[in-house]
Amino acid sequence: MSSDTAVLSADPEFEHRRGGLEKIQHLLHRSPVLSPLAVLVLSSLVFTLLGKGRFQDPSSIGTMLQATAVMATLAIGQTLIILTAGVDLSVGTAMLLTHLVMARQVFVGGWPPIVAMGVGVVLAMLMGLFHGWLVTKVALPAFIVTLGTFYIYQSLGNVYGKAQTIDSKDLGGPRGLLMFMSREINLGSFTINTGVVFALLLYVIFAFVLAKTAWGRHVYATGDDREAARLAGVDTRRVLLSVYVVAGLIYGLGAWVQLGRSQNASMNGAADVNLQSITAVVIGGTSLFGGRGRLWGTLIGALIVAVFDRGLSLAGVDQNYKNLAIGLLILVAVALDQWIRKVGK
Amino acid sequence: MTEPILQGHGLTKRFGRVTALDSADFELYPGEVLAVIGDNGAGKSSLIKCLSGAMMPDEGQILLEGQPVTFRRPQDAQAAGIETVYQTLAVAPALDIATNMFLGRERRRSGPLGSILRMVDDGGMRRDAKKALDDLGIGTLQDITQAVETLSGGQRQAVAVARAAAFGSKVIILDEPTAALGVKESGQVLQMIRDLRDRGLPVILISHNMPQVFEVADRIHIQRLGRRAGVVTPSSVSITDAVAVMTGALQINPEHEHLGPVLR
Repeated sequence: MSSDTAVLSADPEFEHRRGGLEKIQHLLHRSPVLSPLAVLVLSSLVFTLLGKGRFQDPSSIGTMLQATAVMATLAIGQTLIILTAGVDLSVGTAMLLTHLVMARQVFVGGWPPIVAMGVGVVLAMLMGLFHGWLVTKVALPAFIVTLGTFYIYQSLGNVYGKAQTIDSKDLGGPRGLLMFMSREINLGSFTINTGVVFALLLYVIFAFVLAKTAWGRHVYATGDDREAARLAGVDTRRVLLSVYVVAGLIYGLGAWVQLGRSQNASMNGAADVNLQSITAVVIGGTSLFGGRGRLWGTLIGALIVAVFDRGLSLAGVDQNYKNLAIGLLILVAVALDQWIRKVGK
Repeated sequence: MTEPILQGHGLTKRFGRVTALDSADFELYPGEVLAVIGDNGAGKSSLIKCLSGAMMPDEGQILLEGQPVTFRRPQDAQAAGIETVYQTLAVAPALDIATNMFLGRERRRSGPLGSILRMVDDGGMRRDAKKALDDLGIGTLQDITQAVETLSGGQRQAVAVARAAAFGSKVIILDEPTAALGVKESGQVLQMIRDLRDRGLPVILISHNMPQVFEVADRIHIQRLGRRAGVVTPSSVSITDAVAVMTGALQINPEHEHLGPVLR
């Protein structure tokens, strides 16, 4: 009997036909960037109408991009970690501690900027290695590991930085290496800095690595189903460890962008980036359960946060409503992800 | 006398005070479908894990084509040409068919794109994934870039079997391949097993489904209490008797414990 059934195919009458809603579900399953892109376009249109001509002003957009570069940079590492079904609560304080080390070793230690930068980046990668070691070898949840190190880096930074703020002039001035990311690029009234270009470059590089290299495939597979990836022949521990080290590298590069953005160094800069980087990843359509999402979605998510921030304030809306809107977006994004993941079930 | 392609001699595996494998023997001959049956706790899983590299035996020896081999990890067995389709299938649901088939064995593009940028050869891998599925007679999967989770249970099984068939040059191990499938899909998987055998690849089939075992197997290895109770053929004993051997109600005559290859 069963050998006969193999040569037969299902009666077309029994084939399942997809309804309209199900088609949307499959479309979003294939292209998870579509929904955040729609939100970005729609919100930009709405704020252009509400913004009394100021929202679409090129100089306004340039300022917005400069204010987003640090968070967007850190969100790259956050995306990698969330793709492996982890989360990094320490991105902000790890980056701040790193930028403080770079700055103080130049100002107080008298090191050449290039050496201080290099040491800072290596230190940041060691932080990532530490997280990765705790996650893979000690088998602690990433949430707990980075909650712990969030406090540790904050505390170390406060002690080490002695609550001082180091100004740009003490860091080699605006033409120095540490301030490289502050250099302005003018295209008419549209002004961005090198930090924005650098962040975009990182997105291009890591989007390529994630989509087009074996390592990228292994990151997705490890986050999607770790045991399946292991049995298929992926060294999942090594993949996880490497993801945390790369996230560490991003702390270091983010520290450089932060120095250029704030033009000084203190533990008080960039207070919101920890949670905002997670927000950008989630709104950008990456699943907190790992294995699905796109890096470009994260960039769109970061821009959505920036657009709401700027748009609502230009429209004269109370700043408190900004967080209300972002909070609702997060809930919608996560609910949408749950729905999309049910595809084929 | 044909030489076995894969053999186990005196395989022993203990977990604390529990002996899962008690000096078990095993032989697989070229071009056959060997079913491994046994009650729960008889040592089927431990035996298969030793052969597929997922576990190392405490004692005993594994021979592949007459040569002693040691598998410390599943990758070692894979490298030796032994592919296993696990009951869980070991596929990543969110990734597409082609990506899953080449997972852990991605091919790079030729030239500097591959050697410097380490870019994977998506076009080539998709082409070969499609070919591997076509070779197994699975024409229903038109889109090789479809996520595996959008497939039916039988189609997922087909992807896992096709992956094993594409990379397994010597032995294919299938662990309960029809346990989660309906009647029609089970039939397709059994047909795939026959196709693999007809292509000359020996298959080890672990199954609880006696009618399926008797339908597709050339020889049946009966595992009991950590040892091989004996080897039978579907034509020499009934299902009822095979089950009686599994449970210890019947015993197999000693000359049948080492039943050699069966000519079809």
